[in-house]
Amino acid sequence: MSGFWHWVVIGITVAMMVGALWLLLANARGKQGSADTGHVWDDDLREYNNPLPRWWLNLFLITVIFGAAYLIFYPGLGNFAGRLGWSSQKQMQGDLDAYHAQRDRQFAAFHDLDVAALAADQKAVALGRGVFLNNCAGCHGADAHGALGFPNLSDKDWLYGGTPEAIVASITNGRGGTMPPFNGAIDAATVDALVRYVSHWNDPKLDPAVRERAQKQFAITCAACHGPDGHGNPLLGAPNLTDDIWLHGGTRERIRETILFGRHSQMPAHEKILTPDEIRVVAAYVYSLSQTDAKP
Amino acid sequence: MNHEKIEKSVGWLAILTAVAISFGGFVEIVPLMAEQAKMQPAPGMKTRTPLEVAGRDVYIREGCYNCHSQMVRSLAEEVLRYGPAGQASESIWDHPFQWGSKRTGPDLSRVGGRYSDDWHRIHLLNPRDVVPESNMPGYPWLAEQALDAEDVQAEMRALSRVGVPFSEADIASAPEAVAGKTKLDALIAFLQSLRAPVAPAAAPASTGDAS
Repeated sequence: MSGFWHWVVIGITVAMMVGALWLLLANARGKQGSADTGHVWDDDLREYNNPLPRWWLNLFLITVIFGAAYLIFYPGLGNFAGRLGWSSQKQMQGDLDAYHAQRDRQFAAFHDLDVAALAADQKAVALGRGVFLNNCAGCHGADAHGALGFPNLSDKDWLYGGTPEAIVASITNGRGGTMPPFNGAIDAATVDALVRYVSHWNDPKLDPAVRERAQKQFAITCAACHGPDGHGNPLLGAPNLTDDIWLHGGTRERIRETILFGRHSQMPAHEKILTPDEIRVVAAYVYSLSQTDAKP
Repeated sequence: MNHEKIEKSVGWLAILTAVAISFGGFVEIVPLMAEQAKMQPAPGMKTRTPLEVAGRDVYIREGCYNCHSQMVRSLAEEVLRYGPAGQASESIWDHPFQWGSKRTGPDLSRVGGRYSDDWHRIHLLNPRDVVPESNMPGYPWLAEQALDAEDVQAEMRALSRVGVPFSEADIASAPEAVAGKTKLDALIAFLQSLRAPVAPAAAPASTGDAS
């Protein structure tokens, strides 16, 4: 704000406060029961000009004093920054510094432990859960059970491996899983056979002719990533097709869609979003989920 | 003039009340106008692509601002959750700005890159497919609505008339950029573009980390 407007704002603000005070004090005189103002309503209702009640007068004075003190200590008068030098930016930075100091103190105890040891430490796991809820729950769910297209992290089935090192690598660098589309590359009848074969891997009721046709095609187009036995490959993030866990849905329609149009899954890299210590505790939390119960 | 005259004349009472109030308004508005006069685009800011312009239109049409703000307040909690606090200069090319004030859902001004495009696609069609506890409505019709290149160009021209520095080449590239895209694609492109402007190197960029 230029000097001129700075002084205009200060001038008006101060004049208004002084004016309000003058108006108050100028009208505070007068005696109880003095002559009425001459206003009469409804035949006999008269308005008197009695002095203001003392409690009200004092409250008004206090608000004026408060306002003046506020403008001295905090920014408000034109460009004047206030004697305290307060600003919302400084307060935010102070709060952030305090938070970062507290976070460093909290993490100091866990700095030298490896992920497996952290997973056994309840405090570290609780801290990791906090990081998870803030950064991971959007896709993997607040309970880490995942969603259609987003892996469940609480079971023992892993796309890229469930060792602490693999989990840390997934979080740090992200992952990108691609299933190529086979629309047009495989004829419709064979796709049909594949869908029926893959959806119930060891179904004894499956027509042997269909099974044979599917297995032949599987060896050509699918085995390179999913393995000849369909057990998947953690190096590529190719899922195990023989179990009952389906990242993109296990119904025949969903499987057909996956084969025809492909899938592209992406786990964003968190290298720049989380600190290395945060990555280790959140990895410990995720690792701990598959260590406790007896689920497959 | 004694106060009886003021009290008994509606005209005088109204005029003098308006004058008294306008002084208060004046001292609050003048500093803002002075700030606006010297406002510059935030360093590192880029104009939106045609697809993002179209997506912003969808964002406004569907009333996303009714539940989502696009303004990270300068509070430590918000900076920790979303990223650097918002600056007025970031919105200098937004007409109208989408700050919003109702925060039923999370702030979106830093949502770009936080989720994959696929996540947004699933989430916009039916939010509960990825976030079971969400109460956001689904927007499945967006996937079926095509974009009109002429509308996008007209909007870009209108925006450049009020000061957004689109080049003629930007506007000419719109038909190609939105060809075959749906309103869903446009909205996702817009959401992915919502990031804190990164100042060119050597300038201090952020006020906090996004942990």
